[in-house]
Amino acid sequence: MASVTLESVRKVYAGNVEAVKGVSLDIADGSFCVLVGPSGCGKSTLLRMIAGLETITAGKIRIGDRIVNDIEPAERDIAMVFQNYALYPHMNVYDNMAYGLRNRGTPKPEIDKRVREAARILAIEPFLDRKPRQLSGGQRQRVAMGRAIVRKPQVFLFDEPLSNLDAKLRVQMRVEIKRLQRALGVTSVYVTHDQVEAMTLSDKLVVMNHGVIEQIGTPSDVYRRPQTRFVATFIGSPPMNIMEGIVEGPNLVSVGGSLLPVADMRADLKADTRIHVGIRPEDVRVVEDGGTAFRIDVDFIEELGATQLFHGKIAGDEFVLQAPTGLIAASARQLALTVDATNVHLFDRETGQRLGQVDP
Amino acid sequence: MVERRRLGNIVPHLVLWIGIAIVAFPVYLAFVASTYDATTIANGQMGLAPGPLFLENYYRAIFVGTSRSTREPVGTMMLNSFVMAMGIAVGKIAISILSAYAIVYFKFPFRMTAFWIIFITLMLPVEVRIYPTYKIVADLGLLDTYAGLIVPLIASATGTLLFRQFFMTIPDELVEASKIDGAGFFRFFKDTVLPLSITTMAALFVIQFIYGWNQYLWPLLITTKDSMQTIVIGIKKMIVTQDALTEWQLAMATAVLAMLPPVAVVILMQRLFVKGLVETEK
Ligand SMILES: Nc1ncnc2c1ncn2[C@@H]1O[C@H](COP(=O)(O)OP(=O)(O)O)[C@@H](O)[C@H]1O
Ligand SMILES: [Mg+2]
Repeated sequence: MASVTLESVRKVYAGNVEAVKGVSLDIADGSFCVLVGPSGCGKSTLLRMIAGLETITAGKIRIGDRIVNDIEPAERDIAMVFQNYALYPHMNVYDNMAYGLRNRGTPKPEIDKRVREAARILAIEPFLDRKPRQLSGGQRQRVAMGRAIVRKPQVFLFDEPLSNLDAKLRVQMRVEIKRLQRALGVTSVYVTHDQVEAMTLSDKLVVMNHGVIEQIGTPSDVYRRPQTRFVATFIGSPPMNIMEGIVEGPNLVSVGGSLLPVADMRADLKADTRIHVGIRPEDVRVVEDGGTAFRIDVDFIEELGATQLFHGKIAGDEFVLQAPTGLIAASARQLALTVDATNVHLFDRETGQRLGQVDP
Repeated sequence: MVERRRLGNIVPHLVLWIGIAIVAFPVYLAFVASTYDATTIANGQMGLAPGPLFLENYYRAIFVGTSRSTREPVGTMMLNSFVMAMGIAVGKIAISILSAYAIVYFKFPFRMTAFWIIFITLMLPVEVRIYPTYKIVADLGLLDTYAGLIVPLIASATGTLLFRQFFMTIPDELVEASKIDGAGFFRFFKDTVLPLSITTMAALFVIQFIYGWNQYLWPLLITTKDSMQTIVIGIKKMIVTQDALTEWQLAMATAVLAMLPPVAVVILMQRLFVKGLVETEK
């Protein structure tokens, strides 16, 4: 196994498109790192540079202690799972998995052993003689995984491997990928635009936007203490509410005339500074009209089954509240809300940077 | 409702059968003529039913040849035509699949220029460049040789274009998966591109075999020996200007025989064609 290290990696495509703008990242040996970000943020490009499928414009990529910038994909000791599976349509499942090993001159009995082992792990033994077109999407996905496993690589690379599956299968395969990665202990880099996938799979979560890393951390880190407004609204569903606010004093802001205590607030913020205040929909509680409460006017309610979303407005800003179904009367027109000081996030209006204490 | 449906089926069938009759009748007549003797045909006494001389006429056509004009038996002409058509079909496929592979998968300077030059030659059929081509073939001493018959007709814009279009439909990820699986450009070609191209190759083979088989002007120019002449030229030579001297029964037998290999190729390749379609469908 091996770690993966990126040092100020840049990628400029023909036509001066800068897809990756200086990314540095350490991925520990055996860990599961997920790159998440909106479509076009450069996450595939980054993954493909690790794979060796794109040249690296500047910077260094290390796998283990080897700099791999100029090493062919096949020599990098990686395996990749593609979104559309990229199985060889004319080869049966067995050959699809064996092909890479044959090309490397692995002895036949060894190939057979590895392919059968992978097929057993992935429960695709009955399909070894079938062509990919005779398989369902989920089975193809397993074959693609099998092709990666048999190589016993240092690093697994996944590029949105579950995007072509239906919702139910996606959840199922997600769990399987996680279990498999745990069992094999192979360093994995996984690209997705789906924040649920990102949260559930990762040991280390990397949020990207416009070719730069916005935040690196554990999923709970990123969720609890988003370092930028972009991360705050990208991770979490429904997204964090962002409202206009004004600094009132140390650890105190006001939103729409109501005062909110804030636990994590930079000490040097001057009173009357205009800022953005973020509150997650699930972090607010309804209270009997009390002193510190702020109010929203309810526009409509969305039913999600276990929970309900109350859509409303607070001083002109949209606000969504998530609460267990039945907790709040559906007839409510106006709600008085309160929020823990630890669940209020402040962001710079211009740069979007978190205005918290430098280190918690 | 049922009535109208039936009528609706009858009309297209009728049209179809009339069409088939129009196309097939001359072929049938040629076959009938090939089973009579020359005098019966010349006197206009030939009926619509086949005559008694089927075996004799075909034996003479294949193994002996006509007594006047070209004396080559059909066997030799068939062989010549077959070698030429095969050579053209196989050569064209080999050349065009390789050039298409280069154009699609290799990045080199003036790649698109190369492509457009090939594309432009589409507009120049053999007849247009026939004089310079003849000159080159003659200077190379290739008159009356198989190479002379085949090589100038091999370069193919159609084939290159067809393969290029097909290669463009192979997903990039397949190339990348191959790279990661340690297959270089040659292995990728052999292990992935070729097997996936079988359908396209079969289609191209059918078209080009028939194209080669039916060549007239080019073999007429560069073959002078009877032993090198193709069957199309042979038939032409059998039909001499004085009608009475033409051994029509042999000319017709030769014509019927000339139709068989292309038909066989179509039938054989059609199987592969369908098989290929079913097997490589993604
Ligand atoms: N081969 C290419 N040539 C030019 N630009 C490209 C190429 N591939 C990707 N890009 C651009 O680079 C940016 C990042 O692309 P990509 O890494 O695929 O994004 P993501 O996977 O995050 O959706 C996009 O703006 C995209 O248009
Ligand atoms: Mg992508």
